[in-house]
Amino acid sequence: MRIVADRARCEGLGMCEAMAPDFFEVGDDGTVTILDETPGEEHRAAVLAAVDACPVLALSLDG
Amino acid sequence: MDLVVVGASLAGLRAVESARRAGHTGPITLIGAEPHLPYDRPPLSKAFLCAGGPAQVRPFRGEAELRDELGVRLLLGTPAQTLDTVACEVSVGDQAVPYDALIIATGASPRPFPGTSGIAGVHQLRTSDDAVAIRSALDGGARTVVVGAGFIGSEVASAARARGHEVTVVEAASLPLSRSIGVDAGTVCADLHRANGTDLRLGVGVAAIESSDGRVTGVRLDDGTVLAADLVVVGTGVAPATGWLRGSGVPLHERDGGVLCDETLWTGVPGVYAAGDVAHVPNPLFDGDLMRLEHWTSAAEQGAAAARHALDPASARGLAPVPYFWSDWYGHRIQFVGTPDCDEVQVVDTDTFTALYRRGDRIVGALTVDRPREVMKFRKRIAERGDWSEALAFAGVSAREGAA
Repeated sequence: MRIVADRARCEGLGMCEAMAPDFFEVGDDGTVTILDETPGEEHRAAVLAAVDACPVLALSLDG
Repeated sequence: MDLVVVGASLAGLRAVESARRAGHTGPITLIGAEPHLPYDRPPLSKAFLCAGGPAQVRPFRGEAELRDELGVRLLLGTPAQTLDTVACEVSVGDQAVPYDALIIATGASPRPFPGTSGIAGVHQLRTSDDAVAIRSALDGGARTVVVGAGFIGSEVASAARARGHEVTVVEAASLPLSRSIGVDAGTVCADLHRANGTDLRLGVGVAAIESSDGRVTGVRLDDGTVLAADLVVVGTGVAPATGWLRGSGVPLHERDGGVLCDETLWTGVPGVYAAGDVAHVPNPLFDGDLMRLEHWTSAAEQGAAAARHALDPASARGLAPVPYFWSDWYGHRIQFVGTPDCDEVQVVDTDTFTALYRRGDRIVGALTVDRPREVMKFRKRIAERGDWSEALAFAGVSAREGAA
């Protein structure tokens, strides 16, 4: 499983960080940093919640 | 098992998606009042109104994808008319659509300004059709008057100013948004308007919207002032779209007619759940406060949960969300997490602006302007019922780092 972020879409709204703070963090510049692009399978539910919660649909999962 | 979802916006779409993800293989019907496929509303008052913004409102998913991949029967362009909770049927046009599980996600409709129906140039902003009309007027260089200094109206004002148009915002209250975010934050919002050249008229009501030959000419205020206008956008709040539920047995809130649910989004009527702007839901994170939220994140979360719960009530778990909304004004981002219903508001940063909201000894809310890194840190504390003095200490440290 790999987290894919569409930088052109990201607005730094931060819902991904709210859902899965171990994997996402919004910076002062208002865009997301992915802290770990390839989370273990045991984190799928949290990462999927972050993907679903993105208000600009900038996140997806590969795999 | 027949799943019927009434309301084809974000909450309704998420209900459909979540039902399939949960393994529901039975029929799904999605009923929508608008002729359009489900689309995203926040951009309608933001990017869509900008000069050079996207030219069309794109749906979340194409029709073929909804129909063939998700197996959804679409009934778009005709609103649900009545609900019969005994026969378990929704009437749409001349059809009766039977259900085993029903999701009410009909959202909310803007309150119209009395006597303006059919006057060209007077708009509300809820649907993509509204947004197209407003954008077209802005493209034509309209002198713009916004009635109501709420979030939607303020975003419209911001878009008009970005194009260099004259804009006046008229607000009956003495400050914008003070009831929803407090006096200090309301003052910051007023300052944002004025600093960006918007003529903000506070504490004055609108007596009439004037027109000639069916086209708007201006707005007459209570004090007799007449503001010339080619475009008037009325943003004075919304009411839950529940007219079709009257007499159905679904419990409605006595004040605004929204649907009353428990924390699992159940209405108390067998098989009937609600989600999104239409639903009043008690929130155990905030002492069981009954909340009706007009927020993107709530619609998405509740839509998905309502479908799971409706299909398998035994698995239903109460939600305890931290409400969250954002608004973009004049290139500044306002973000709010939690609830403004509190004992005290403390402004902890006057540089960009951060205010924290206290209930008892807990932090229950935070409002930030241009602090995208911090707002979710406050949200985490709110979700964990974080201690007020620790939140203040964190805010102090964070503000100093931001200033450094």
